[in-house]
Amino acid sequence: MSGMPTFIARRIGSGLILLVALTAVAYALVYSGSTNVAQKILGDFATADQIQAKAAELGVDRPLGVQYADWLLHAVQGDLGRSWFTAEPVLEAVFSRLAVTASLVMLALAATVVLSLLLGITAARHRGGAADRGLQLFAVAGEAVPNFWLALVLVSTFAISIPLFPATGFVPPTVSVGGWLLSLVLPVTAIVVGSVAGSAQQIRGAVIDVLQQDYIRTLRARGLSERSIVLRHALRNAAPPALTVLSLQFIGMMSGAVLIERVFALPGMGNLAVDATIQGDIPVVMGVLISMAVIVVIVNLLVDIAAGWVNPKVSLA
Amino acid sequence: MSVDTQTPLATSGARPWDELRRNPLFWIAASVLSVIVVTGVFAPLIAPHDPDFSRLDLVNAPAGADALLGGDSAGRDVLSRLIFATQTTLIGVIIAVSVSMLIGLVSGLLAGYRGGVIDETFNWVANLIIVLPSMMVLIAMFATVGPSTVLTMVVLGVILAPNFFRLVRNQTVAVRNELYVDAARVSGVSPVRIVFRHILRVIIAPVIIMAASIGSLSIMMQSGLAFLGLGDAKTPTWGAMLLDAFKNIYTAPQLMIWPGVMIALTAGSLLLLANALRDTVAGTRRVRRAPRQRSAPTGPTAGRSEGTPLLALREVSIAFSKPDGSDTVVVDSTDICVEAGEIVGLVGESGSGKTQTILSVLDLLADGGRVRSGTISLDGVVLSSLSPRRRREVLGRNVGYIPQEPMSNLDPSFTIGSQLVEPLTAVAGLTGREARERSLELLRRVGITDPQRVFDSYPHQISGGMAQRVLIAGAVACDPKLLIADEPTTALDVTVQAEILEVIRSLQQERGLGVLLVTHNLGVVADLCDRVVVMKDGAIRERGDVRQVLLRPEDEYTRSLLSSTLATRPAREAWTERLATGSIGIASIEKTQKAGAR
Repeated sequence: MSGMPTFIARRIGSGLILLVALTAVAYALVYSGSTNVAQKILGDFATADQIQAKAAELGVDRPLGVQYADWLLHAVQGDLGRSWFTAEPVLEAVFSRLAVTASLVMLALAATVVLSLLLGITAARHRGGAADRGLQLFAVAGEAVPNFWLALVLVSTFAISIPLFPATGFVPPTVSVGGWLLSLVLPVTAIVVGSVAGSAQQIRGAVIDVLQQDYIRTLRARGLSERSIVLRHALRNAAPPALTVLSLQFIGMMSGAVLIERVFALPGMGNLAVDATIQGDIPVVMGVLISMAVIVVIVNLLVDIAAGWVNPKVSLA
Repeated sequence: MSVDTQTPLATSGARPWDELRRNPLFWIAASVLSVIVVTGVFAPLIAPHDPDFSRLDLVNAPAGADALLGGDSAGRDVLSRLIFATQTTLIGVIIAVSVSMLIGLVSGLLAGYRGGVIDETFNWVANLIIVLPSMMVLIAMFATVGPSTVLTMVVLGVILAPNFFRLVRNQTVAVRNELYVDAARVSGVSPVRIVFRHILRVIIAPVIIMAASIGSLSIMMQSGLAFLGLGDAKTPTWGAMLLDAFKNIYTAPQLMIWPGVMIALTAGSLLLLANALRDTVAGTRRVRRAPRQRSAPTGPTAGRSEGTPLLALREVSIAFSKPDGSDTVVVDSTDICVEAGEIVGLVGESGSGKTQTILSVLDLLADGGRVRSGTISLDGVVLSSLSPRRRREVLGRNVGYIPQEPMSNLDPSFTIGSQLVEPLTAVAGLTGREARERSLELLRRVGITDPQRVFDSYPHQISGGMAQRVLIAGAVACDPKLLIADEPTTALDVTVQAEILEVIRSLQQERGLGVLLVTHNLGVVADLCDRVVVMKDGAIRERGDVRQVLLRPEDEYTRSLLSSTLATRPAREAWTERLATGSIGIASIEKTQKAGAR
C-alpha cells in the first residue's frame, strides 16, 4: 500500500506552504513598525545623513515586500540575519537558547501526557465517582490559575522559604544531569498543572466516547479483561482526539514557557525574545518567532503522522 | 491557542433555564462574576485611593488602616490598584472576546453555509493562526507598536478567533444538513432568514460557552503580557502588580497574593459558568451511577443438578435510573429458559425490552441500567453470585454473543485477526500460534473463502455480510454452550440474511448449542426456532412451541405481529425446505393470517 508515504509527503508539503505564509504574516507584523529603527540605534544626536546611511545598511529603507523577499531568500539558506544591536547571527542566538526551552517544554509535555492519560482514563472509567468529580474541580482550578503566578508561589515556597530547589538558573545536562533535573522541577511543575487541567478533561471525554461504542460491548462479551479493554482498545481508539488535544497543549506550552523562563531566569528562547522586544531588536524577535513556528509545524506534522499510524483508515485517504 | 472543543451540538431539553437555575455552580460563578463586574464598572467610586496615590510609609507595608491590603513597592495602595486593574482587565477581555466572536461568527457562518472555496480558504487561515504561538506574536507586536492595550487585545481577539470559527462552522454545517433547514431552503426561505431563524438559535449556546472560555484565556494572556513588562505602564493591571511582586519576591512576597487571587477568581468563575452552561445544554448533569447490585442469590448457587436449563431467567426486572434518581423499568418480571441444543426466539417490536433482556444476561447493560430483581443463571450458576471479574470470564467462555450491527461491532483500529486471536489467548488460554490457526479455521468454517486475507484486513476493508461472519466466528471461538444473537440479520442485505442464518443453524446443530435469538422477524423464527417468546412493553405476552404460537396464536399482539410481517415476505429457500419436510405448512399460516385479519 502506497498510502502512508503519499500521506506524509502531502503533510510535509502543506506544512511548508503554511510556514511560508506564516513568515509573511510574521514579517509584516514585526517589520512594519521598524522604520525609525536607525534613529533608535544611533540615538538622538545622529544626523539625518547618518540615520539614512544606517537605514540603508540595515536594509530597512526598502519597500516591505522587497525586504521580506530578501529575508526569505536568506532564511531558506539558514541565515536569519544578524542582531541589530550585538551583530550576533540570529540563528546562533536562537540555537544557543534552544536546549533550555526544549528541555522545559519536552519534560512538561512528557509529564502532561502521562498525567492527563492517567487522570482522564481513571475519571472516564468511574464516571460520576470521586476521581471524576476531583478531576472536574482540578480542571477548573488548574486552568484558572495563571502559570506564572503558580511559578511565583512555587519559587517563594520551595526555593526561598524552604530552599529545596534552585530559584533561578539552568544547569545543562552535559554538566550535571541531576542538576539539570533539579533546576527544571519547579518550572515544569508550573507549566504542567495548567496543561494537565486542560487536557485530562478532554481525554476523559474521548475515552468515554470510545467506551460507549458497540465494539467495546462486544469485546467485553468475549470475556476480555477490563485492563485490555481500556489500555488496548479504548486507548488506541481514543488516540486521535487525544493527540489533537496534546498537540494544542504543546503550542500553548511554547507560549507558557516564555513566562516561566522569565520567572526562573532560564536563558531560553522566550527570554531572548522578551529582551529583544524590549530593546527593539527586530531580527532577533522575528528569528525566535519563526523558530517557534517551525518547531510547532514539525510537531504538528509528527502528530499527524502518529495519528495516521494509529488509524488504519488514513492510509487510504 | 485553543480551548475545549467538546461542545454538544444543540440545545436539548425543554427548559434549559430551569435546569441552570438548579445548578449551584452556576449561582456561585454568576455571583462572583457580578461582584467583579460591578467593582470594575464603579472602580473610581469604590477604590479608597487614586491608583497612583502613594506614600513613603506604605512601601511594602503590611495590611493596615490606611491600606487595607497593604502597600506595594512604590508605596501605593494595593486595594485601590486591584480595583482599578479590574476595570482594565474587563475592558481588555470584552475587546478580545468581541473581536474573536465577531470574526468567528461571520467567517464560520459563511464557511459553514456556503462551503466550497470560502470554506477551504477560511479553514486554511484558521489553521495558520492556530499554529502561531500566541504569546510570541503578542510579544513581537509589542516590539512594533509599543504599549497599547486596545490594539493588543484586538490582535489577541484575532488570534483566538479560530476557536469560534471552528465551532460556528462545524455547527453550521451540521444544522445546514438537517432536514428542516433543507425544507426551509427548498420552500424558498432566504439564506439570511435561515441563518437567523434556524442556525443562530442552535449555535447560540455553544458560542456563549466558548465566549466564557475565551474570556478566561484572554485574562491569562493579558496578565501574562503585563507580567513580562510589555503592557501600558500607566494603567494598573493584575499582571503588572505580579511583576512588582516578582521584583520584590525576597522582600515582599505577600504582594503576589491578591493579584493572583483576582486572576484566578475571574478566570475560574468564567470557566465554571461555561461548565454549568455546557452541562445544561448537554442535559447530562448528574448522570446517576447504577449502584452495583450484589443481590443475595436466591436460586441455587453452585453445582449443576440434572434437569437444570442451560440459561434460566427467573422474574428478572431491569431498570434504568433517570437523572432525577427515579427508575424506569424496561423489563418486568420476565422468565425465559433455554435448554441445551434448542433455539429459542425472542420476538417483539423495537422498545419491547428484548435487547435489554439479553444484555442483562451478558452483564452488558448500558450505564445506569441494572437488574433490579430476579436471578439469571447459566448452567445452574447464579451469575450475580460471581465476582464481576469471574462473571466476565464465565460469560466469555460459555456464552457467544452475535450483535446486530456488524460494522460497528468490530474495533476499527485492529485487524480482524488480532480481534479473533485476543480472546482465544486471553480467555481460552491458547498459544499465539494455536489461536491463529483456530481463527483461520473458524473463518473458513463460517464460509469465508479467503480466510488469510480477511484475517489480515481491517474492519473497514470488508463488507457487512463478511463482518457478520467474522462476528459469528468470534462468538463461537471459545466453544461456548450458549449463543446469544441480537437481530443478527437485520442490518444485512436480504440476499446475505439467509446465508448468515444458515451458518448459525449449522453451527448450532454441529455443536449442540443452545441459542437465544432476538428478532422482530417472524419469518426467521419460523425458519430457525424450536420455541418462541413474544415480548411487548417489557413483559412476556405469549410463549410456547414455535408451531403452536405461529399457527394458533393466543395473544392479540402475536396475531398482529403475524399479520404485519409474513404477508410481505416471500418464502425463502430454507423455509420451503421445512415446508417440504412437513414441519410447517405455509398454507396454514396464510389461513391464520386471514383469520387474524378478519
